[in-house]
Amino acid sequence: MLRTKNKFSTERDISGCGLCGIINAKKVKTNGSDIKKSISVEHDRGNGLGGGFAVYGNYPDYAELYAFHIMYDSLSAKADVEEYLKNNFIIEKEETIPTFNTSKIYDHPYLHRYFIKPKSNRPDKLFHELGDDDFVVNSVMLINQNYDGAYVFSSGKNMGAFKGVGYPEDIADFYRLEEIEGYMWTAHNRFPTNTPGWWGGAHPFTLLDWSIVHNGEISSYGINKRYLEMYKYNLALRTDTEAITYILDLLIRKHKLPVRLALTVLASPFYQKIDKMDGDKKELYTALRQIYGSALLNGPFAIVFGYANGMVAMNDRIKLRPLVAASMGDFTYVASEEAAIRAVCQNPDIVWSPKAGEPVIVEFEEKNIHQKGGLIGL
Amino acid sequence: MTKSSFSNIQSEYLALIDQNKCVRCKRCIQNCGWGTYSFGGDKIISDHSKCVACGRCYTYCPEGAISIVKNPTIIRENANWKEGLIKNIWRQSETGGIVISGMGTTFKYKKYFDHILLDACQVTNPSIDPLREPMELRTYLGKKPSRLDIDIDVNGEPVLKSKMPPQIELQTPFVFGAMSYGSISLNAQKAMALAARALGIVMNTGEGGLHDDLVPFGKNIIVQVASGRFGVHRDYLNSGVAVEIKIGQGAKPGIGGHLPGEKIGVDISRTRMIPVGTDAISPAPHHDIYSIEDLRQLIYAVKEATGYEKPVSVKVAAVHNIAAIVSGIVRAGADIVYIDGYTGGTGAAPNIIKDHVGIPIEIALAQVDERLREEGIRSEASIIAAGSIRSSADAIKAIALGADAVAIGTAALIVMGCHVCGKCNTGNCSWGITTQRPELVRRLDPEVYGERLYNLISAWSHEIQEVLGAMGVNSIDSLRGSRERLRGVELTDAELKALGIKHAGL
Amino acid sequence: MITIDASGMHYKELNQLIREGIEKGIKKFFLENVNGQYYIGDGIKGDDVVINVNGVPGNDLGAFMDGPTLIINGNAQDNIGNTMNAGKILIKGDAGDVVGYGMRGGKIYILGNAGYRVGIHMKGYNEQMPIIIIGGKVGSFFAEYMAGGIIVLLGLNDSDEFDSEYFASGMHGGTIYLRKKIDFSKYSKEVELYEADEKDMDFLKKYLVDYADSFNIALEGITDKPFYKIMPSSARPYAHLYTSA
Repeated sequence: MLRTKNKFSTERDISGCGLCGIINAKKVKTNGSDIKKSISVEHDRGNGLGGGFAVYGNYPDYAELYAFHIMYDSLSAKADVEEYLKNNFIIEKEETIPTFNTSKIYDHPYLHRYFIKPKSNRPDKLFHELGDDDFVVNSVMLINQNYDGAYVFSSGKNMGAFKGVGYPEDIADFYRLEEIEGYMWTAHNRFPTNTPGWWGGAHPFTLLDWSIVHNGEISSYGINKRYLEMYKYNLALRTDTEAITYILDLLIRKHKLPVRLALTVLASPFYQKIDKMDGDKKELYTALRQIYGSALLNGPFAIVFGYANGMVAMNDRIKLRPLVAASMGDFTYVASEEAAIRAVCQNPDIVWSPKAGEPVIVEFEEKNIHQKGGLIGL
Repeated sequence: MTKSSFSNIQSEYLALIDQNKCVRCKRCIQNCGWGTYSFGGDKIISDHSKCVACGRCYTYCPEGAISIVKNPTIIRENANWKEGLIKNIWRQSETGGIVISGMGTTFKYKKYFDHILLDACQVTNPSIDPLREPMELRTYLGKKPSRLDIDIDVNGEPVLKSKMPPQIELQTPFVFGAMSYGSISLNAQKAMALAARALGIVMNTGEGGLHDDLVPFGKNIIVQVASGRFGVHRDYLNSGVAVEIKIGQGAKPGIGGHLPGEKIGVDISRTRMIPVGTDAISPAPHHDIYSIEDLRQLIYAVKEATGYEKPVSVKVAAVHNIAAIVSGIVRAGADIVYIDGYTGGTGAAPNIIKDHVGIPIEIALAQVDERLREEGIRSEASIIAAGSIRSSADAIKAIALGADAVAIGTAALIVMGCHVCGKCNTGNCSWGITTQRPELVRRLDPEVYGERLYNLISAWSHEIQEVLGAMGVNSIDSLRGSRERLRGVELTDAELKALGIKHAGL
Repeated sequence: MITIDASGMHYKELNQLIREGIEKGIKKFFLENVNGQYYIGDGIKGDDVVINVNGVPGNDLGAFMDGPTLIINGNAQDNIGNTMNAGKILIKGDAGDVVGYGMRGGKIYILGNAGYRVGIHMKGYNEQMPIIIIGGKVGSFFAEYMAGGIIVLLGLNDSDEFDSEYFASGMHGGTIYLRKKIDFSKYSKEVELYEADEKDMDFLKKYLVDYADSFNIALEGITDKPFYKIMPSSARPYAHLYTSA
């Protein structure tokens, strides 16, 4: 049975997982073979109920437009959504997302993509002045919540998510990722534990340019969700990944926190450590915890998230999930298991295991990889 | 009218002495604050009518010769005309007075905490070992901006753009509830002050002002301003870590306070600035607050007087429309809202109010937290929940329902020996807690009971850490407001909805 | 000495300037164009500090004040001297509702009338004896729950009756002086009316002199009539209201 949405009667959908990511800091593009090869090493971390990829730099011809990837359960759902899109967006191009029959993925929703931008005279302007990004966010939430049988699974610029129910290597074949090129890739292999897999629930979860792949179960989900709802985020998917994405969106895009500081919110240092900091720093970190205590991701997690400026990999503050990083020239690799990196980069310049709660941040065009104090093993 | 010489009301308890065990040491005579015992030449005799079952005598009888039993003489059972109702009719017909008593209601209402179950981790997410791993309980009470605004300094490091509003730092999410000097003894307050200092938490002066002996404990004290304005002046407002404006109290929503003249000795008279032996009356309303904007006016009058350096808390009783009321209070500028449920304790309150007015703290809390979130102002103020928090389990459930911290009142008195006899208003407390009689107060050693309070709160804190560990989180921040970790049993759909939680199994 | 033009200024800024001024040792403040700024004199200290106000000060004038003198050259609004501890407030016009609520010490002199709920829960202990003197008349709920201190009601505008009802309900301490006999049966059951004797007048005189001097009026116009005083009939007006369960 096809499912674009989580119709299961659970408050949340949780899963175990494997993940990996590849970025070239000089924006040199590669096709999807490496990321497929890398994630397939982590085959046993999933159970065939979800696999997916995010790629950045794949739509250079439409780089200024929002690329909506939408999955449909029915053609009537498609007609309904398209009416909404036509009323609110200028659609520069639309097409079926190319897919290829494989013996493994034979049952799938109808997959379509649209390259669009919000109309300047769209109806909502009568009521408020939303920026384009905010309007896109609202539209994605509206469609995902109110349009039965339709689900927007990618909405960024010059990037896209490709995901579904199946092992990631089969999903890669289904979308023929070796024909897609990008300068940053992330991948995910899913092991859902309390629902059967459903297409929308596969990772990466994306919103605008954010894409997140994630391993582990967030024990603080309940309060993370209520916190986000206060800022009008609608957690329709009921997944941890969705919550993490929205937290990052809130902190970085809306509250304008530098990426590093936003990550500190997700995996904040303990008070024991903060109390030993000096003056301004102590004050800052104490304030971060006071203000954003409900956004702390508590419990085991490792995440890799991509955004327009680069990629971040990080695990929780007591390191309950695995994460390995390596670099080779302008390439940086991250994965749940070192073997996933070695499969595509046999002899990296360095390999290290990031410290608990300390992010690996790779931004484009920057020489340095930010990982303070993190070089644990060469 | 002629006064009748007899009362229909018979002794509730019998103070029985085993004359074979009794060695006539007369400790019971000394210990009883009620005058139950006297020496009848060769043996101790009991005036049962005076016994309130406060437990002091048998605790201190070296021979175990005393037993207190419920008077077996019955009033004919009748499920409609219950004994308490009949007795009150007699009492009121004999005196013409309003029936009052101390502590909370004794009615058997449904206790929602007892119908809420906690979550724990099993394999899909792991539990954490609280003995081995850090397990943070630190809690800050006060207004938090909804977002952090930062600047980048000369070294390219982020720094705070503006200072955080003032916060109370608690090492564990407990505070001692407000109990005034006057309603309880100075030694009882000192015991709480000593414990609060050792625990890194705070006590609350209540509305009776601040005795000089407590001034050194300022960093662990919230000072209260109530309608009687007892002991309130500029230096008082600045002597603690926060100021609380008391609007209402769980045991007696909508009415004021009344400290009977029996409890007003010289020291209390000086602290409260009222004549010795008069009744200390706190009017039902603050006479400068007759509307929400007046509350705002008083909140800011306090902030002006304290240079905006102290968070201002507003204490209200949980009543039917509590969610909207608290929303108004938060918008009026309160940094902390203290919500007291209908089972909350008191020194003295009319039973008609205590037993019939207000709503449960569990439901009030859930509704308030939800409302403030809907309005996007939950971070504008911290919430303290109170109203008979009887165990760490109650505390954990209150925090998961949305409280930032909980207040401990009656439980703290129980530590000091209180047997919840409910006669606080009489000023005869044998345990030296709710009395001002020097010979009774003297027996309450602040050091001894300060340590026991410390032990209790430490034990409860460890229990919270155990539960956090079981839930797989290592900070109380991750439990606060997380109703997803709660499930209800034996509750109707309406009750579950009011609590904002799901039934077990869903 | 400093003059502050308060026009358009928020109270927070104005009061901050006053507090900073006091810290710097300034003793005399002239506030011009005040109009509705709350909390003037709130929580300030300094027995020799004098603040002169031109315009209508906002609510909670002198709340929690602890020593300074506020001179208001016209009318003032509600909550004057709220929980004030020491100092002096002179109102050269009328005062609003709730004057001297929970007042613990110091003086409030009002040349004109005052509103409802004056002197509720005034307190006193030994040398701490707050005093309110009102030149005109007052509204209802006067001196409720009064526990200490002195209130003097002069009725200089010579209206025959007070307009007020519910006079001194629950009063259990302190003294009220009246410059006029009232029909006492209309008022509280909890208080007694006496004629002020010589001792009372001696006691009052220094305050009345101070009052007359403060407003530059003739003492003779005040002391031309006999005074009456009101005191609580019981220290415990509500002692029999309750019965213990």
